[in-house]
Amino acid sequence: MTTLTARLKDHRGPAYPLVMLVVFFVVPFVIMLSVSFFSRDEGAFFQPAFELSNYARFISPFFGKVLLTSLTFSAAAAIISVSVAVPFTYFVTRMRARWQSVMLVFLLSVLSLSEVIIGFAWSTLLSKTAGIGNLLVAIGLMEISQSFTPSLGALLLGLTYLGFPYAVLVLYPALSRLDPEIPEAARMLGASPIRSFGNVVMPMMRNTITGALILVFVFTLGAYLLPQVLGRPQHWTLSVHITDQAIFQSNLPFAAAMAIFLMLVSLALVGISTLLGRART
Amino acid sequence: MLILRYAFILVVLLFLAAPLVVIFGVSVNEPKQLLFPPEGFSLRWYAELFQASDWLNALRNSVVIALGASTIAVSIALPLALYVWKKQSKMAQALFGLGVAPFLLPPVISALGFMIFWITVGFYGQIYATIISHGVFLVTLPLVTISLGLEAIDRQLIEASRTMGADDKTVFRTVIFPLARPYMISGFAFVFVLSLNEYIIAYMVAGFTAETLPIKIFNSLRYGYTPVMASVAVFFVLTAIVVFGSIARFGDLPRLLGAERARR
Repeated sequence: MTTLTARLKDHRGPAYPLVMLVVFFVVPFVIMLSVSFFSRDEGAFFQPAFELSNYARFISPFFGKVLLTSLTFSAAAAIISVSVAVPFTYFVTRMRARWQSVMLVFLLSVLSLSEVIIGFAWSTLLSKTAGIGNLLVAIGLMEISQSFTPSLGALLLGLTYLGFPYAVLVLYPALSRLDPEIPEAARMLGASPIRSFGNVVMPMMRNTITGALILVFVFTLGAYLLPQVLGRPQHWTLSVHITDQAIFQSNLPFAAAMAIFLMLVSLALVGISTLLGRART
Repeated sequence: MLILRYAFILVVLLFLAAPLVVIFGVSVNEPKQLLFPPEGFSLRWYAELFQASDWLNALRNSVVIALGASTIAVSIALPLALYVWKKQSKMAQALFGLGVAPFLLPPVISALGFMIFWITVGFYGQIYATIISHGVFLVTLPLVTISLGLEAIDRQLIEASRTMGADDKTVFRTVIFPLARPYMISGFAFVFVLSLNEYIIAYMVAGFTAETLPIKIFNSLRYGYTPVMASVAVFFVLTAIVVFGSIARFGDLPRLLGAERARR
């Protein structure tokens, strides 16, 4: 009896967090999953049912294109931001602690910025009256200022800006733990700095880099405002359509089906790359 | 070679800073137009943030939500982190995974999940719904910081206090809590800043009734431009710099972000 109460007491610790996470995180997911099989009801959000029509609906050329667009943009943003972040983070970890802190404060501040603010700031920077158009005119590269947004380039810039600080923060722990004597040894043996970085540091960081790629990919896949602010309607991603269906078309079942689908795609990608990472080591 | 390295760092920093510099310039414009370089210098758009009732209302909502969400997130994360730290069992691992999960999925998915949940239980559109959703969604941050803090505690210290007759409660109150406190504060601060900036969940859970600053900015963006948007954006950047700057000043930010040893 005493052991039983002792054991119960043992498990008492996480009861409150467990309840909170289950009620407010697991349960919403279960409800969303079931709503994705419900039918739409104009008046009352949704009607209990079991139908697969919500899933069948996005097996269409239109949503196929939307999915492909979303995946391509996120992949591009992930590759760009991680390839810049790898050397950048490496240099940051070689700085003095004081400067590292300054860099990290700045990066965290950029990271915490809302998508709304990033979208607004970039659309201002690329605008006709307050943007780099003015700068290009001033240095004589352009006749009259013009706007660079909305465009595909603007959207990719915005997505990269969104993902970059995350890439740095994923890479930072591994790169800062890297023994500085390893690249130095490569240098002593006659490798150029670029070779020592590319042939010694990069292979050691392979798993971390994969991790950073996935994180930025999944994160930008969720970008919802940037495609609307910086892109054109044909650049709308799955996330934009999810919110559009949920709020403006009030078709929650369809939105739920798309969200579940997006989640499965994200999880599958995370799973595949974890397996790949394991197979290599 | 060193010059190239610094040039590269400079270019990246410029890329990160450029949009912020422009919104700062735009926010001090004298006329109500989107101009950079700014014409004249005026702080009235900042005054408007704290005076115009609609902006002030959004500011109030944002701060209330951020404070509530940080409190909830830390209150969930602390016992969870303690449990994981003490037990290190499969169950503890699973719980930790559950705590980290919200942050690993595209936020739009969780946002829709929260929206449907609050519609189902009938609190859709309530500010409380946004507070709880943010608190649960951002629980990952204090969970990670507090766990890092607990890992750093020398277990011999706890052994020592037990040998000297301290019971569980006393050990927690006199040893664990004071050592974990800086990490709780950092976790709280992280949630505060991210909740302040969070858009999609706040929008989908109670976007029309409990309007927060990011929602307000986006709504105004649709109907045209007002420099208040720029001043709000600057306000956000400054808040983040102050909060993270203080964490760096009073704590070990590199360690908090996972560096094993900060180079002095």
